[in-house]
Amino acid sequence: MSNSSSRERNLHRQLANMKHSLFDQGYLDEQFIQLEELQDEENPNFVEEVVSLYYWDSVRLIQNIEQALEQNPIDFAKLDNHMHQFKGSSCSIGAKKLKKECTQFEKYCKTGNGEGCKRTFQQVKKEYATLKKKLERYFQFARQVGCVEKACRPK
Amino acid sequence: MGSECSSVVAEELHVLAVDDCLVDRKVIERLLKISSCKVTAVESGTRALQYLGLDGEKSSVGFDGLKVNLIMTDYSMPGMTGYELLKKIKSSSNLREIPVVIMSSEKVLARIDRCLEEGAEEFLVKPVKLSDVKRLRDIILRGDENDEKKGSRKRKLQDLSPTSSLARDLTPLKPASAASKQSRLKRPRLKNTD
Repeated sequence: MSNSSSRERNLHRQLANMKHSLFDQGYLDEQFIQLEELQDEENPNFVEEVVSLYYWDSVRLIQNIEQALEQNPIDFAKLDNHMHQFKGSSCSIGAKKLKKECTQFEKYCKTGNGEGCKRTFQQVKKEYATLKKKLERYFQFARQVGCVEKACRPK
Repeated sequence: MGSECSSVVAEELHVLAVDDCLVDRKVIERLLKISSCKVTAVESGTRALQYLGLDGEKSSVGFDGLKVNLIMTDYSMPGMTGYELLKKIKSSSNLREIPVVIMSSEKVLARIDRCLEEGAEEFLVKPVKLSDVKRLRDIILRGDENDEKKGSRKRKLQDLSPTSSLARDLTPLKPASAASKQSRLKRPRLKNTD
């Protein structure tokens, strides 16, 4: 009995550490916590669902930006709109670093700096991919912890 | 069980949420459901007007008969903006009494002023939080109770009740309101998670 509950505690601690590090390293902000507070027993995976939806939907938003960057000359108003959509979505899942890069992109966009936009967009895509990997690992682990919990809990 | 139009206390609030962002629609839906509201989420101002029966077409299906108690709309949307949607609603004799709340990730004061002047109930900075929704719900329920006492929209701007602190914050500078304006419009800070 005490073995399984101490195993549970360890897993929980590991999960908490994973989460803390995501915050400490600046990948996530307060909005992620807000989303977690919307979870309950009937909706235990809400955050994962939102994040999955984000990654699914943002493929299209990223394509829009890429296509707009390939135009010659660049339509900066259109580009700004596309980035606004992508940034908004990213903010809604609490993607802090990603948001910073998007803000930098917007600055270049507003001054009509195409090269600056292109350079920054490489950073945006990098952060986007990094966060995706980290969150996938986090949710995968969270689900494992959830399974152990269920197995350990007396009915 | 009262089934009068204005008796929402016994019934659930029905909120029409308008946002072109799929992720935001999912989140606002959850926020509203947790706050015991019925939700209809649509992706554009055009769809919202269709749902409300205002699109000018005599569609045979039309408005599904579910009274809408509150409209929450994003400001920046392709096609019809939230501001344009607000104006259309406020110029409709059928719909002008429905409170409209604008949501925006950009806290531009001129934008906020414009929306409030056009009759928006509130202007929320995105991402919208649970506390925002809960506060809105209280405002709407209280508003329904005070139906007879409702005056012009402009008067609401001068209302000094705690629930319309945003409106109060926009009146000429007082030290207290400047501080609360900041806390209202500021983005959520990262909580210390240690």
